[in-house]
Formats: sequence, structure tokens, C-alpha cells
Amino acid sequence: MALAKLKQDTTETRLSAMQMPEGGHWSDAARADALSRVRMMGLPTRRDEYWKYTNPTTLTDANGPPAATFDMSDESQLFGDIDRLKIVFVDGVYDADASDPLAMEHVTIARLAEAGEKDIHWAKDMYGTLEIDGQSPVERPLAALNTAFASDGILIHVTGKAPKPVSMIYHHSSDTSDAILHHCIKLESGAELTVLENGPAAARFNKCMEIDVADGAAFHHVRAQGRDHERRAVTHMFTRLGANSTYKSFTLTANGVLTRNETIIDLRGDDAIAHVAGAAMGDGDFHHDDTVFITHDAVNCESRQVFKKVLRNGAVGVFQGKILVQPGAQKTDGYQISQSLLLDEDSQFLAKPELEIYADDVACSHGSTSGAIDEDALFYLRSRGVPEHQAQDLLVLAFLAEAIEEIEDEDIAADILSRLEGWLVRRR
Amino acid sequence: MLEIKNLHVKLEEEDKQILKGVDLTLEAGKVHAIMGPNGSGKSTLSYVLAGRDGYEVTDGSAKLGGEDILEMDPEERAAAGLFLAFQYPVEIPGVGNMTFLRTAVNAQRKARSEDELSAADFLKLIREKAKSLKIDADMLKRPVNVGFSGGEKKRNEILQMAMLEPKMCILDETDSGLDVDAMKLVAEGVNALRDEGRSFLVITHYQRLLDHIKPDVVHIMADGKIIKTGGPELALEVENNGYADILAEVA
Ligand SMILES: Nc1ncnc2c1ncn2[C@@H]1O[C@H](COP(=O)(O)OP(=O)(O)OP(=O)(O)O)[C@@H](O)[C@H]1O
Ligand SMILES: [Mg+2]
Repeated sequence: MALAKLKQDTTETRLSAMQMPEGGHWSDAARADALSRVRMMGLPTRRDEYWKYTNPTTLTDANGPPAATFDMSDESQLFGDIDRLKIVFVDGVYDADASDPLAMEHVTIARLAEAGEKDIHWAKDMYGTLEIDGQSPVERPLAALNTAFASDGILIHVTGKAPKPVSMIYHHSSDTSDAILHHCIKLESGAELTVLENGPAAARFNKCMEIDVADGAAFHHVRAQGRDHERRAVTHMFTRLGANSTYKSFTLTANGVLTRNETIIDLRGDDAIAHVAGAAMGDGDFHHDDTVFITHDAVNCESRQVFKKVLRNGAVGVFQGKILVQPGAQKTDGYQISQSLLLDEDSQFLAKPELEIYADDVACSHGSTSGAIDEDALFYLRSRGVPEHQAQDLLVLAFLAEAIEEIEDEDIAADILSRLEGWLVRRR
Repeated sequence: MLEIKNLHVKLEEEDKQILKGVDLTLEAGKVHAIMGPNGSGKSTLSYVLAGRDGYEVTDGSAKLGGEDILEMDPEERAAAGLFLAFQYPVEIPGVGNMTFLRTAVNAQRKARSEDELSAADFLKLIREKAKSLKIDADMLKRPVNVGFSGGEKKRNEILQMAMLEPKMCILDETDSGLDVDAMKLVAEGVNALRDEGRSFLVITHYQRLLDHIKPDVVHIMADGKIIKTGGPELALEVENNGYADILAEVA
């Protein structure tokens, strides 16, 4: 069937403004394939069911609205005290001077833009493949667009326990930057890696990460999307999990006029574990969308989703979370909770939790709540002399605590928490 | 210390008058008790003094150390030295008891332009006070009042009072839900704080607490007013005969 006119126009207008990286790269075929898939699917419009709560227009327009950079010099560097391998991008452009040498024990790291001629077959076999798998049953055209046009990205191959986290730092310096990055991460059997990400990245950022976690391997991910008010981002994380493997991801988001974070996880091997958590805090124009799709394809796997949002001054939070349990995926343990704390009546939380289960021996639960600050608790704190704004901050932190507790590494969790406390103080 | 004059209070949301002209003067260093039938307005009086939302003062005044407190925010009243031990202490999931207390102590010190207490000094102080109230370290780490038994909640209120060292302490049925030993602990906690510069307003239904915390004056409140004021013997009279005689006498 031909695409609706609106969709076709949207797609062609966007494509006409884009340029593929120069050819001669092993990713050429995958890019060409992705481009034809974008044309077939068409880019999302607000009429799409999957984009019912989030208007994708500014993500699909030929040029996104400009976004002023935000001075965050009042903040200490996030993850600053954590021993890590830093990889820095400015408006999506790799900054060699600011980055550490791309090497560490048990890990090979290369840049997508530079890897074209090099013989790294693992990435050639992987680039775009998890993204393709993640296109059904729900289409994600902006991820295919990313595969087709990514200007750079980091390719990480892990064969053992990585001695320290890989930390991607995304600076935003131009009001009109439009960045597309695509990372591939492959963990061999028994390997372990933590990836940290932080920073606003660009005026408009489209990021895709494909993560292949082999049997018994463990992948941890902690990300902070900063206070930069006008930035827009759409991100996809596609993950395939082998037997006995672990995936744990946490995202902290504060402000940003539009954020759509999609997480697509396929529990392919038995006894695998996937935890996804998010804490978001938004003010005013903030629109934050967590879209999660977890497929249980194997026996005795556990998945857990914990999402918390604090909204005020008309901010909007969206949660679309699905657990799909395939036939034969017995002993599945699926849990999902999404909650919002609305600090005023103008703010909105839109949640669409879904369970689809085709196996009979499973335990799945989901819950979604939306509530205001507990006035009795607020008065109790104030009656002990805690000023109102500070009492409110305590209650906000208490509300977000359950999501932050999902971070396994204590130092990283402490860093995220102090960042959050700092943001609370600064936004007054 | 505390001077309440002709205090009239109605509910904000509905047309219901609860306090109908309360007069009460409490000097520094004294302990006054308020007794009275259920629903007579004792807790309402304590909430209005502490600054809870939902009430409208239609007439009268309340002064603490000569300062009108009714216009102040709850935290300002606390910093001015007012403390209410709640009849029903509130559970706050996610906020650690210790964090809460340190925040409160330091917020009050800051409001009074005093130096904040260092983490080490705070810890030393709270351990000492908690020990005398038989509150164990585990309770300090847990979220505020969450999963505390009724008696533990009341002891936690007294711990807060001991840490904050307020000038004017209002205890709303702190004895209810306490076993005999806990009641003694709480009374000892209160007595340890008795001081020339500190006053107590003790709301209770039972003479027993007043055996331990000896009041100077006992007030009887009924239908939103203080209807009788006397010495400690008034509490005994209530204990023995209930309120019928007193109510009849006034009517
Ligand atoms: N928010 C409210 N909404 C409706 N009625 C209220 C409210 N607050 C207080 N009241 C009413 O006001 C009256 C006084 O209540 P209050 O709690 O002050 O009594 P009390 O003297 O403390 O009683 P008790 O001894 O049972 O604790 C009661 O009739 C109560 O139902
Ligand atoms: Mg009461």
C-alpha cells in the first residue's frame, strides 16, 4: 500500500535535506537497505498510533528548530570522579583531543567513521541488524533513518571484563546542530562492560545503540540527559540477550524540550535478566517519552521496568511500555511500574502499559500511577522547620529513589543522586 | 510564652466552626494539660498553632513569645521554637529518618543564623538521644515512621523534639498507644527537657501520663472552648468521674 500523502511528504522532505557519508565503507549496504526501509515505512507523523502522545514533527522536519546552548558550568562534571575511558563528541563530531586513546584491556574500540577500511567483521555483521529485528512488530523509522545516515559512532567489542567504563560525553555547542550517531556494542560470552553517557549532544540528536550480549555476559548502562532546555532527542537502544546474560540500564533526564527514548530488548537466551529504569524531571515545555518494548523469547527470564517522572508547569510525561511473552517463554517474570508526581494541575502524565502473553506459566505485573505531592508529608516536614521548597525536594527525591536504586554501582548511583540534588536546588 | 486569645477557627472547605473562642495563657517553664471529650477541638487547636492548611482563623490571636504566629509559615513557627508532637505521626516513604532530622535541625539553625551541625556532631547527638529513648540504629535508618509501630512513632516524635529543643512543645496524645514502659521513657524524655525557658502543652485523655509529667495547670476543653481550668486535681476528677459533672456545671 502506498504511504499516506502526509507521510510521504514528510519522509521525502527530510531525506532531501540529508546526505549519506561518503561510500567505500563496509556499512554501505546496510545503509542502502536502511534507506529503502525508511522509504517503505515512511517517517512517523502524529497520526501514527505509536506517536499518539508525542508529536514527532520536530524530529522529522528537514531542519529541527534551533536550540540555544545552555550554560552548565555551575555543575561539576558528571562521572568526574569515576575512572573511565572518555570519548567526547561535540555536536556529534568526534573530538580527538578531548577523548582518551581508544584502547583498554579486553576491549577493542573503533570509530564508525574511521573503521570503513579496517577489517572489523564483527561490526559489519552487526551494524543495523538488531535495528532491523527491532522493527517488528512495531516500526521505528527514525532508527532506520539513523542506520542510513549516521555520521559516526563507536564500535566496541568486549571479550572479557572491561577494566573501566566507557564514557561517552556529548557536548552541544551550535544552536542548529543536527547529530546522528550509531554505536554498536558486542559482548562476547562472559564479557562485562559499563557504558556511561551524558550531555545534551546537539540541538537535535538521533542516537541509536545496538547491543549484542552473548551468553553469560553483562552490560550496564547509565545515562544522564542534561539540563539543556531547548534540545531535542530521539534515541533507540536495541538489545539482544543470550542465556544467563544481564542488561541493566538507567536514564536520568532533566528538561530538554523533547526526548523520546526507545528501549527494545529481546530476551533470546534462557535465564537472562533485563532491567530498564528511568528518572525524569521536567518543567514547562518539557516533553519526555519513554517507550519500551521487551520481548521474552526464552525460558525463565526476568524483565523489570521502573520509570518515574516529576512534572510541573505544564510538563508532559509519556510512558509506553510493553511486555511481550512469546509462546514457550515459560517461567517469565515480568514487572513494570510507571509513576508520575505532578507538582501542579497543568502537568500531564500519559501512560500506556501493555502486556501480551502467549505462555501459560508466567508471572507478569504492571502498574501505573499519577499523583500529587503528599500534603500531610509536606506539612509534617515543614512543621519540623524544613522550608517548603526543601521539603518538596525531599519528597521529590523520595519519589525518584526507587528508580535510582536500580543503578547497581554505588559510586555511579551517588553521582547521579548528587546531580539530581544539584538540579533540584538550581531550578528554584 | 504562649498566649491564645478568643481564638475562633472554622474549616476552610466547609462552613463548620470548630474552635469557638479559646483563651489560654502559658508562662515560660510551665506545663499545662488539656483534656476534653473526643471531637472537642484539641487536635484542631494544635494544628492551627503549628500552621496546617485547611483552617480559617475567623477571630482571635495566638502569640508565641509576644510574636503573632498565625501569619507565619509552619517552618517559621518551628524556627521560632514551636513543636507539635502529632497525634498521628505521618509516614514518609523514601525519606530516611536520619536525613529528615539532619535537614530539620540544620534548617532551623540556619533560620536562626546559627552554624549548621557537622555530620559527626549530628551523629553523636542523635545516637545519644536515641539511646535514652531506646530507639535503635535501624529505626534511624528507616524511612520516616514507615513500618513503625504506634509506640515507635510516638517515641520518634519525642526524639525529634529532643533534637530540635523547641521552646514551646505541644504533645497531642503522645501517650496513646504506648505501653507502660514506653510511657515512662517518653515521660522521662519530656522531663529531661523541662527547663525554665521551655513550656509544654500536653493533650491527653488519661491521668496516667500526668503522673509522670506533672502539670501546673489543667484545662478542660469542650465544644471548641476551654470550659474549666484548675490544678492537677482536675485531671483526677476527670479520671474518676468523666466529663458529665463538669459539662453539667458549666451548662
Ligand atoms: N478536616 C476536617 N474535616 C471535617 N471535620 C473536621 C476536620 N478537622 C476536624 N474536624 C472536626 O472537628 C472536631 C474537632 O476535631 P479534633 O480532631 O480537633 O478533636 P480532638 O479534640 O482532638 O478529638 P480526639 O480526642 O478524638 O483526638 C471534630 O468533630 C472533627 O470531626
Ligand atoms: Mg485529637
